[in-house]
Amino acid sequence: MAYEFEQALIDLRERIESMESELKNGNSDNAVAEELASLRSELDRQTQDVFSGLSAWERVQLARHPQRPRTLDFIRYAFTDFVELHGDRHFGDDQAVVGGPARLGETPVMVLGHQKGKDAKDNQQRNFGMAHPEGFRKARRLMLQAEKFRLPLFTFLDIPGASPFLADEERGQAWAIAENLLTMCQLRTPIIVTVIGEGGSGGALALGIGDRVLMLEFSMYSVASPEGAASIVWKDAKFAPEAAGSLKPFADDLEGLGIIHRIVPEPAGGAHVDPRSAALALKTALVEELNGLQGLPLNTLVDRRYDFYRSLGVVAP
Amino acid sequence: MRKIFSNQERRFGFLPGRQRQPDLPDELWENCAGCGEMIYLAEFEQNARVCPKCDHHARLGARKRVEYLLDANSFAERDSAMRSQDVLEFDRPERTYEQKLADEAGKAGIPEAVIYGTGTIRGEDVVLAAIDTSFFMATMGSVVGEKITRAIELATETRTPLIIVAASAGARMEEGMFSLMQMAKTSAALTRLHDAGLLYISVLTDPTLAGVTASFATLADVIIAEPQATIGFTGPRLIEQITHAKLPAGTHSAEFMLERGMVDCIVPRDDMRRTIARLIGLYASRATDARANGAPRPETVS
Repeated sequence: MAYEFEQALIDLRERIESMESELKNGNSDNAVAEELASLRSELDRQTQDVFSGLSAWERVQLARHPQRPRTLDFIRYAFTDFVELHGDRHFGDDQAVVGGPARLGETPVMVLGHQKGKDAKDNQQRNFGMAHPEGFRKARRLMLQAEKFRLPLFTFLDIPGASPFLADEERGQAWAIAENLLTMCQLRTPIIVTVIGEGGSGGALALGIGDRVLMLEFSMYSVASPEGAASIVWKDAKFAPEAAGSLKPFADDLEGLGIIHRIVPEPAGGAHVDPRSAALALKTALVEELNGLQGLPLNTLVDRRYDFYRSLGVVAP
Repeated sequence: MRKIFSNQERRFGFLPGRQRQPDLPDELWENCAGCGEMIYLAEFEQNARVCPKCDHHARLGARKRVEYLLDANSFAERDSAMRSQDVLEFDRPERTYEQKLADEAGKAGIPEAVIYGTGTIRGEDVVLAAIDTSFFMATMGSVVGEKITRAIELATETRTPLIIVAASAGARMEEGMFSLMQMAKTSAALTRLHDAGLLYISVLTDPTLAGVTASFATLADVIIAEPQATIGFTGPRLIEQITHAKLPAGTHSAEFMLERGMVDCIVPRDDMRRTIARLIGLYASRATDARANGAPRPETVS
């Protein structure tokens, strides 16, 4: 599926691909090669046009793009030796949260993230990425393992919001999130957080406290979904596009407000156009960030993390 | 369960047997949100806004809360003038955020949704923060987060038991991610309080929902709830909107959460002060000299 604003780009890409395969099959002449070159520069130009003029709502759509790479894609492309570990040891295994040990370059690390589904069936199993309490508790188990085994922790945020059903309330959704906040605030290992898609509210923050917080260029991170904010402030969810602008949920907004530390650029047209390149760009950033934290005494690390979160908020006087 | 309330008059000096006088003006009466009965307002206030007929605990303002919990005239409020700012220049309908804040302050009689300070309960020093739903439904923005954090820090620095009376309908949308980050800030502050071996008692009142429940309100040593208080992450009305299905009565109540192991006890309002004093007596005398400043866990029973 595609959004209206990217349809023209998709058509162009398809034409380019079919010409490329013609060229490969040897049915080519100079005219085809010339046209290909001009189509490519046309694609570059149009991509830049479209992406420099995106509305707030289009940016929300991009962050939620169904083809956007997910946590498991980033793990596959940017890490090696991943072993997925399951279960919270209390209730069940929440497939909306995935994690386990892996390797970043040579370094053993722990990776952990929300996982949205790839298709309807996968989404059903993964509750559309809306984590249950047992998902947050699995995450906490792996955080504590990271500390125990001195593994740097990498988390990836991509969640519309914590699962909002009665069963989640009965199993202590709020309690599970709160425990994770407390755990991450004092975890004695480096934590590097990346918002890869939709960072939705408390369910995102439950994996989101770290020493460095990164956002992919076209991801978002918000206190509530634009629809939720619209129904609260405008008393009608149809004002979601207005709310999306007002909430300032995009990477450049949040870097400007000092809430995140770094923006990781995505391939032209968005991460879903080229997931592998997106993941490799992220890998470069993650390696740099980890290098910047390694060697710090753990007390200093935890104190700095404290100072960062302590400073957030604007009050008068 | 209701038996506990059989002796209302002794607790708050409520005088039973008063009947509605039909010729009295309306403002002297209030409808109980629990049973719908008309209650003589003076009686209702004297009874700490607990319905004398059905024991429904109506919402209580933060100043009243302080009055009922602390020793008379012991409260020394801090940072009473702290206000929010429209840092996002949030584009909202009808009124700007600044105007909305001014309206809420006028309505509630306090400049933000929480007050905090020091005081005593039966002579014992405490740090108390109380949240007030009459201001902006006690949504959490920077001021709520900052004042709660300062209360936690004050309790930690002075090695004093901390009591937070929590309430909230959710996040303050107009402060965007600064609102969400208050969950992180308050939780971070609590790591140091707990490390220092200090006592924190949380009192959940109607309603305690969303980010407040999912941060400082539940990160306590003892979680007390008021009877019938709505408690949870996603509130019942929002769940009904999302699922397009009616929830059974009583989900999210303090009693529902007690049954599921989420709170330690339910304490009626007129017993709150005594229960908190008792807990402080049991926990805090040892806590104040144990584990000072990150000292190792005790190795022997002392």
